[in-house]
Amino acid sequence: MAGIQLGLIGSYSASLGAYDSIATSVAGVGGTTSVTFSSIPSTYTHLQIRAYGIVAAGVTNLAVQFNGDTASNYWWHQLYGSGGGTGSNNSGASSPFMYMPTFATQPGGMVLDILDYTNTNKYKTMRGIGGSDANGSGQLSLSSGMWNSTAAITSITLYGSTFSQYSSFALYGIKG
Amino acid sequence: MAAGNTYTPIATTTFVSAQASYTFSSIPSTYTDLVLVSNLISPSSGSLYIRVNSDTATNYSRTNLYGNGTTVTSDRASSETLSYVYPGAIGASPTTLITTFNNYSNATTNKTWITRANDTTLDVSAVVALWRSTAAINTILFAINTGTMGIGTTFTLYGITAA
Repeated sequence: MAGIQLGLIGSYSASLGAYDSIATSVAGVGGTTSVTFSSIPSTYTHLQIRAYGIVAAGVTNLAVQFNGDTASNYWWHQLYGSGGGTGSNNSGASSPFMYMPTFATQPGGMVLDILDYTNTNKYKTMRGIGGSDANGSGQLSLSSGMWNSTAAITSITLYGSTFSQYSSFALYGIKG
Repeated sequence: MAAGNTYTPIATTTFVSAQASYTFSSIPSTYTDLVLVSNLISPSSGSLYIRVNSDTATNYSRTNLYGNGTTVTSDRASSETLSYVYPGAIGASPTTLITTFNNYSNATTNKTWITRANDTTLDVSAVVALWRSTAAINTILFAINTGTMGIGTTFTLYGITAA
């Protein structure tokens, strides 16, 4: 199950609309463990990722990594509800993580906003809502995160365990 | 490859009289996701729900998360005949809900949607729902289970197309 790499060099035409679809990845037979959006154009103000995930068994979440940075430059917080209980957790200087819980065979959804992704004067922030219900189990979470870097975001890698066939990850650009 | 402006209004309505429900029908399957923006004015004190494709069987389930300023609570319901997007009884203030339906038009997998709701006098909430059907969603009913939604209530349905 290989990851999917989506390079945008040479395939992007600028100046489209206020909310443009940049690239989409749909997992084929065998699923995928990661998706990378690379060569993201700098012509937008914000980015949005809309995901639809299915896993074969158990529960998995979705992590986010920018520009291939694997160092401890990410912070995140989460508020979640699991039907019978609630909780909140966080991590400082950890591996990148945003929650999109998906449960066995039932789809989960997530919408992740990445703000001012090209601004080189400040660290990058994101917020997400994601969840999945499996008719008797489920989890929903509100997440926020920060990447401790002023670099413009040019690539985004999403990874978790194995997302099954038909899981989809779509990247959109939003004009200011 | 970028596909141009892909956030498209499909249909919108503003109530000129109080109604208990509104239905978006014949939703085209040409989009990838749907977003339903609902803004209720002076609603009766009922619960709000969605039903898709007129399915009244026990194919809906949900997990909720909400906070009222004092406590945070999560609960769930399984095998329901409708999908509550605001399970509690809403107040008389404007209530805003944004519901996103990811991958609504595929005919292979079950469907899910997430709603963020704000009742300005009561609480803030989020609900993730499952509809155990592989059918493409072509009709969305939005309704209140008691009373009506008032004049000025608006619903707008958008379609998003992935590249």
